[in-house]
Amino acid sequence: MKNNLILAGGKIVDPATGYFGPAAVYLENGQIAKIEKRPKEKPSGKNVLKLDGMIICPGLIDMHVHLREPGREDEETVLSGAEAAAAGGFTAIACMPNTDPAIDNAETVEYINERASLAPVKVYPIGAVTVGRKGENLTEMMEMAACGAVAFSDDGSGVQNNDLMRRALEYARSCDVPVISHCEYSDLAAEGVMNESFVSTRLGMKGIPSVAEELMAARDIMLAQYTGGIIHIAHVSTAGTVDLIRKAKKAGIRVTAEATPHHFTLTDDLIESFDTNLKVNPPLRTKKDVDAVKKGLKDGTIDAIASDHAPHSPEEKELEFDYAPFGAIGLETALGLVITELIDPGLLSWIEAVKCLSLAPATILNVPGGKLEAGAPADITVIDPKLEWMVNPDEFKSLSRNTPFRGRKLTGRAVMTIVNGNVVYSMM
Amino acid sequence: MSLSIRHLLGLEGVSADDISMILDTAVSFKEVLSRKIPKVPTLRGITIVNLFYEPSTRTRISFELAEKRLSADTVNFSASGSSVSKGESLKDTVWNIEAMKIDMIVIRHGASGAPHYLTTCCQSTVINAGDGAHEHPTQGLLDMYTIREKYGRLEGLKVVIVGDIKHSRVARSNIWGLLTMGAQVSVCGPPTLLPVEMEKFGVRVFDDLDEALAGADVVNILRVQKERQKAGLLPSMREYSRYYGITKNKLKLLNDNFTIMHPGPMNRGVEISSEVAEGPYSVILPQVTNGVAVRMAVLYLLSGGKGKVYEE
Repeated sequence: MKNNLILAGGKIVDPATGYFGPAAVYLENGQIAKIEKRPKEKPSGKNVLKLDGMIICPGLIDMHVHLREPGREDEETVLSGAEAAAAGGFTAIACMPNTDPAIDNAETVEYINERASLAPVKVYPIGAVTVGRKGENLTEMMEMAACGAVAFSDDGSGVQNNDLMRRALEYARSCDVPVISHCEYSDLAAEGVMNESFVSTRLGMKGIPSVAEELMAARDIMLAQYTGGIIHIAHVSTAGTVDLIRKAKKAGIRVTAEATPHHFTLTDDLIESFDTNLKVNPPLRTKKDVDAVKKGLKDGTIDAIASDHAPHSPEEKELEFDYAPFGAIGLETALGLVITELIDPGLLSWIEAVKCLSLAPATILNVPGGKLEAGAPADITVIDPKLEWMVNPDEFKSLSRNTPFRGRKLTGRAVMTIVNGNVVYSMM
Repeated sequence: MSLSIRHLLGLEGVSADDISMILDTAVSFKEVLSRKIPKVPTLRGITIVNLFYEPSTRTRISFELAEKRLSADTVNFSASGSSVSKGESLKDTVWNIEAMKIDMIVIRHGASGAPHYLTTCCQSTVINAGDGAHEHPTQGLLDMYTIREKYGRLEGLKVVIVGDIKHSRVARSNIWGLLTMGAQVSVCGPPTLLPVEMEKFGVRVFDDLDEALAGADVVNILRVQKERQKAGLLPSMREYSRYYGITKNKLKLLNDNFTIMHPGPMNRGVEISSEVAEGPYSVILPQVTNGVAVRMAVLYLLSGGKGKVYEE
């Protein structure tokens, strides 16, 4: 279905203006042509989509996704990941560079761009901070940024060397893009497989203490202040990290942060089932941490919600807990979890939640989107806020099935995803 | 007569009734062990696979003897290193073994939760012979059997577990079992060998040995491995031995009629002095004997009523 659609009968959520109410949205030539708030008459015609009861948002953006191309195309490709994104309501995703080989040079960025040109949603590559993500030498960031890298990150592991992180923040400043930090000192994490708490003590598993994350978050905040670099803290998982970011923001330090749906819904005690889909990094923490992450989302300490979609094959995950890799997929469950766990209980308003899923990541990555205004790209997500469904990974577009939410009942999901005016996913 | 559990994965959550039934049953099997021909046909026709992914001498021999004394058919499978490095997953290994028509699996594994995982991918009855630092339920049971044999009860006794609590599956199984049976449990070790939030088990936690030993009935001494020093958890074995080693002069802190236990293998001169290990209050060898009887009881009770106790 091409172009020039009129979305009528629904309510729009526009975090840029704070408007949440009835409106008709006119899409023309891949752009938003007009927003007519509180329309007096219902538009008619064959290009009118009747969206009564639906919620119309700026296209959702997932700023933290792992596609496994190049390297593990059996687990996810750029195309399959983009299809999963469209089905989950995302019109754009940013993909992490921990592929094999890593996205650590302009050619590989271009390779992703080429694959992304066939994809139904926008795919923004994130370049590695260090060559091969080895934590030794800086990558050619300027060239990668010129080819479209929207951020730099060694995600999957933290940059352990303090001086190198300082230089990365300084160097990336010239590209005006953020360094996204996976905060974890590996010496403190000490080959842990889950959060260090009574649960790890009880199960006799090696624990990753919260301080392994917090110490690096504190370092990164201080280095950002010292260098004037732009730091973004990925997947905040502990109450202490939320606190550090809150204080840094109060002190005027330029820092942003994201949280994942699994870190605001799941706790470490579930691991007594030894389900390897619960093995993620950073690990699931305690209820106190989950509550702190939610509070951080509410008060704006945490800017964005990102899935940290991390596909793994069954043969990698169907193992003893110690041997399974970290990671869970999330593109097709993120929105449902936000609605069910944050919006419906009244923790976040629609405006706040949609901001975390669109305007905030667009702003952090400095990419288009997040606004419903004339002239903006026609990237739109249509949500049925009342639709009840059950998570069934066997129906996922993703090539992988490693979700900890199998069988969970959720309320609300994307029923239509529009990118540049084209309907790329529809349940309607 | 049957247990409310189908597998023995740990002692966490196992009821006092189930534990009592296992210990009571073990009494009659211990009698079998003292016979001229210490063998009964109880598990004739039952096939048991001992799946050992970690080196083990005494636990493996103890299980094997228990199985043979019950006339079960047994097969041993030992794999060094992880299943991953072998190239075959635990699931595939077990599917293959199960395809040969077996009834029970006794598993020892370096990864916590491996026996639990096994129950999700196979039909056999699973008995945990030690998984990571998680649980070692038959050791917990044989320790309780040994204590009960001496005192006639577990309730109200003060038991102190001393040593490397952090890495010890024996400690965890003892704690769950003893607490369920009404004993008071304390743990003691240097802070680097005490895992976080240990007190949430419902035990008292000490880093001072004298305080921990004061008024105790039973001291269960855990092995401390030299690897802990290499890992930076201990400055030296010498200092460990000086502050946490159980020597004769520590024994005066204990109640009259006290008992010294050790699950083995011992590092004499490190966590326990030879004099203490060989004292009249030491039940270290009876623990080993009781281990066979307790494992016979567990195997019999979990065999699903296929076997039956034969009187002499």
